[in-house]
Amino acid sequence: MDNLLAQLPALQVVVPFLTVPLVMLLKPRGFAWLAATATSVVCFAIAIAMTSAILQGAPLTYAMGGWPAPFGIALAVDAFSALLLLVITGASTLTLIGARASIDSQITDARQPLFYAAWLLALTGLSGIVVTADAFNIFVFMEISSLASYVLISGGPDRRALPSVFKYLVMGTIGATFYLIGVGLVYMMTGTLNLADMEARVHEVGDQSPILVAAGFITVGLALKAAVFPLHAWLPNAYTFAPHAVTAFLAACATKVALYVLIRFDFLVFQPNLVGHDTQFAYFLMPLAVLAIVVASAVALFERNLKRLLAYSSVAQIGYIMLGASLVNDAGLTASVVHIFNHALAKGALFLTVMALAMRFGDVSLDQLAGAARRAPWTMAAFVVAALSLIGVPGTAGFISKWYLVMAALDEGWLAIPLIATIAAGSLLAVAYVWRIIECTYFAPADGTEPTGHVPPLVTGVVLIAATANVYFGIFTALPTTLAAEAALALQEALP
Amino acid sequence: MSPETAIVAALAWPLAGALAISLTGRVSANAREAATLITAAGLIWIVWGLVPELLAGGRPAVALAEPIPGISIAFRIEPLGMLFAALASGLWLINSIYSIGYMRGNKEANQTRFYTCFAIALAATIGIAFAGNLLTLFLFYEVLTLSTYPLVAHKGDGATVRSARVYLGLLLATSIGLLLPGIVWVYTAAGTGDFTPGGILAGHIASPELGLLLALFVFGVGKAAVMPVHRWLPAAMVAPTPVSALLHAVAVVKAGVFTITKVIVYIFGVDHLFSEPGSGWLLYAAAFTIVAASIVALRQTNLKRLLAYSTVAQLSYVIMAAAILKPLAEIGAAIHMVAHAFGKITLFFAAGAIYVASKKTELGQLRGIGRRMPWTMAAFTIGALSMIGVPPTGGFVSKWFILAGAFEADNFIAIFTIIASTALNAAYFLPILYMAWFEAPAKDDKPHGEAPPAAVAALTITAMLTLAFFLLNGPVIRLEQQLISGIAG
Repeated sequence: MDNLLAQLPALQVVVPFLTVPLVMLLKPRGFAWLAATATSVVCFAIAIAMTSAILQGAPLTYAMGGWPAPFGIALAVDAFSALLLLVITGASTLTLIGARASIDSQITDARQPLFYAAWLLALTGLSGIVVTADAFNIFVFMEISSLASYVLISGGPDRRALPSVFKYLVMGTIGATFYLIGVGLVYMMTGTLNLADMEARVHEVGDQSPILVAAGFITVGLALKAAVFPLHAWLPNAYTFAPHAVTAFLAACATKVALYVLIRFDFLVFQPNLVGHDTQFAYFLMPLAVLAIVVASAVALFERNLKRLLAYSSVAQIGYIMLGASLVNDAGLTASVVHIFNHALAKGALFLTVMALAMRFGDVSLDQLAGAARRAPWTMAAFVVAALSLIGVPGTAGFISKWYLVMAALDEGWLAIPLIATIAAGSLLAVAYVWRIIECTYFAPADGTEPTGHVPPLVTGVVLIAATANVYFGIFTALPTTLAAEAALALQEALP
Repeated sequence: MSPETAIVAALAWPLAGALAISLTGRVSANAREAATLITAAGLIWIVWGLVPELLAGGRPAVALAEPIPGISIAFRIEPLGMLFAALASGLWLINSIYSIGYMRGNKEANQTRFYTCFAIALAATIGIAFAGNLLTLFLFYEVLTLSTYPLVAHKGDGATVRSARVYLGLLLATSIGLLLPGIVWVYTAAGTGDFTPGGILAGHIASPELGLLLALFVFGVGKAAVMPVHRWLPAAMVAPTPVSALLHAVAVVKAGVFTITKVIVYIFGVDHLFSEPGSGWLLYAAAFTIVAASIVALRQTNLKRLLAYSTVAQLSYVIMAAAILKPLAEIGAAIHMVAHAFGKITLFFAAGAIYVASKKTELGQLRGIGRRMPWTMAAFTIGALSMIGVPPTGGFVSKWFILAGAFEADNFIAIFTIIASTALNAAYFLPILYMAWFEAPAKDDKPHGEAPPAAVAALTITAMLTLAFFLLNGPVIRLEQQLISGIAG
């Protein structure tokens, strides 16, 4: 058993990767979905197994090809990566289980095997970024996941997805290139690509200026990928016009993986070695985080399309994650990591309900959804629960992360007042834009025509499970908070 | 059953009942009604079984989960919560009997949803009553709001849904916008939000912040209907009358004043609040609400709306009594929750019985109705006299205690308010009684008899309770005397 456990970090990437060619060949209807879902379930199981091993105390490492760490490519899974892996594989699994009918209606039969293959490639890439401990390897997996997501987003019937994905492709490529430039600079100065090894060697470098430049490139590049305000321009349209299932999957985990790399790289490599870099990191990102929370929430208030509204809400929520990290202390990092988990729960559940609503009503503009609650009471009940979590109402997961964030902000002296005001303003704006949806779906009179779409019970079931998870993790919080606390400790280990 | 098990059972039993009601509702209406009655009776058995433990000085507590270190979902019973839970569970059974008569007599639709939501609302009420800290209380407070929304919007037509929207919007907005920040403030300042005898804020928060925090609680708890956050209560009158009777005369509104009283006694601390100048405004806000709501009630022509404004005024009696910050007045606040509950539920039952029997809703239509519905109007008379505070009704007992507390504090504002509002209560209730008993019915009035027997039985029981409370209030007072132990005279 221990023997198998040691292989799990590699299997996390290898299993979905090797299934890709198989899925592409499965032409008969339904088989590709079945194979992709089964693979995703296996990946989820691997992530759970690794998490339970880590909770018992042992971080997992794996040397590819048997080459020891600084020379070969190393994989390393600790509490932070385990939490991300749970989010990625969990989102993929739950979405795939529920999304078959939606994907059938949006993707032609002939292209479905390719679609599921791209899905698994995205899963491979996202998991790969998280498990690897090698800076260049991160770039490779980032490209895999990005290219696969471009395909997924443009795969739907909505032709407006094409210009959106082109914008995403251009901006994503710039981001990846910036990251690569940064890694190149560090490699030039230190001669290593292994993150832990970099940390040990950066301070041996005589001239620190190239490292500082690298830090700038990497931060901006990853911020682009993570849609940190004001580099979020690609996100709303990409989420809006993507197939509904893809939105649910990517919204739950794609930007968070970029944030993971950003936080991990900065705290591991740059902050221990560059004098005053923690202040640079804090004062660069904190204003952006505050702006993201306020501006993006305000924009969401005026959106008429449910998916766009939730996409802008995502930009705001990324602000909360960045705000926690930019405090550069234990409580802030814990809040940030907990919010990665909890926001994935809330936003994943919300986009899953959007998927169910779209199947029933055809379109998810607020006008179309007038009176939807009477026609789809269970789906809308799940939506309300997930939305309460998004707002941060006690009893839901969202409250836990907001609580940690407020506690972290309180440690900041005079800065606490504007930060808490920002969090409160963001929450109230969230109440306002959620209320618009509730008002429309629960109170507006429906036009007489009966919607034609049919929602299979499986979809409703998945939606309800996702909503229930928001309540469960709002009360029994041990898993995310333990992982986040360990992650925060590990991140600060290298700091002076 | 150990007290700790009983706490969990008191929460789980109505929820299990809700499940049973929704399942049996598909089979037959009789089975569903049987499930409701069994659930209500079982809840009484569980909740009232805890009273001896409390009278003996026990404070059973149980913690379910700890979402954030130091903040748990926990329950701890103290005298005030015990009283509230016993009251709500006891009246639920009577109300269920009444509901059966009312809902069948009116041939209402969606009755299964109605009874299911009712059981969930009762579970939330018990959760509020037994909550051991602010966060737990808040959770069940929101569950109560959400679970009563389908009851208020029961009819489902445009006007009803618009009113239900005011109900939901106002209660949610005040609780999230004001109450929650207040709770977070308490936790951050005091490091805990557990309900502790003597309060937890002494030495942590002083004036003028204390007055602001008090405002967050008083206006954040919209259910207490202190002006200007009272608008939801008249709006909620679009609900079927059993909902108005149990929820908007007992469970929901009492959850509001209960929360404020509990926060004053166990979070702020009566003595701490008394020694701080920043909290004096609460008395004036409550006094203003009493007088203003009574004047508004004077101008109503619809019976249920009149009762709603009367409720707004009576709720502020509890708040004003708590704000006098003297031991006798705190007892008066607790007793008034009971006395008003008996009287007001009787009045609503009567209003509903009149509607079922004759479809009358306006005051002007009630001429001579006393001769056609003698039982109902006799009960209505007892309820109205209790609202005014005439002996031998329960309303007299609580007014006595509140007045005694006001004299103890030499609080002439409170004394004057009580006198003025007694006059106003008489001014809007006595004309109705005169019309009903002594005027002749209108010419075009169609003859009708009493409401269904189940409804008449229920309102007779609550009218008897109103009278009985005048004499048999000993156990309640004994229980609530524990509430004030340790408060300076």
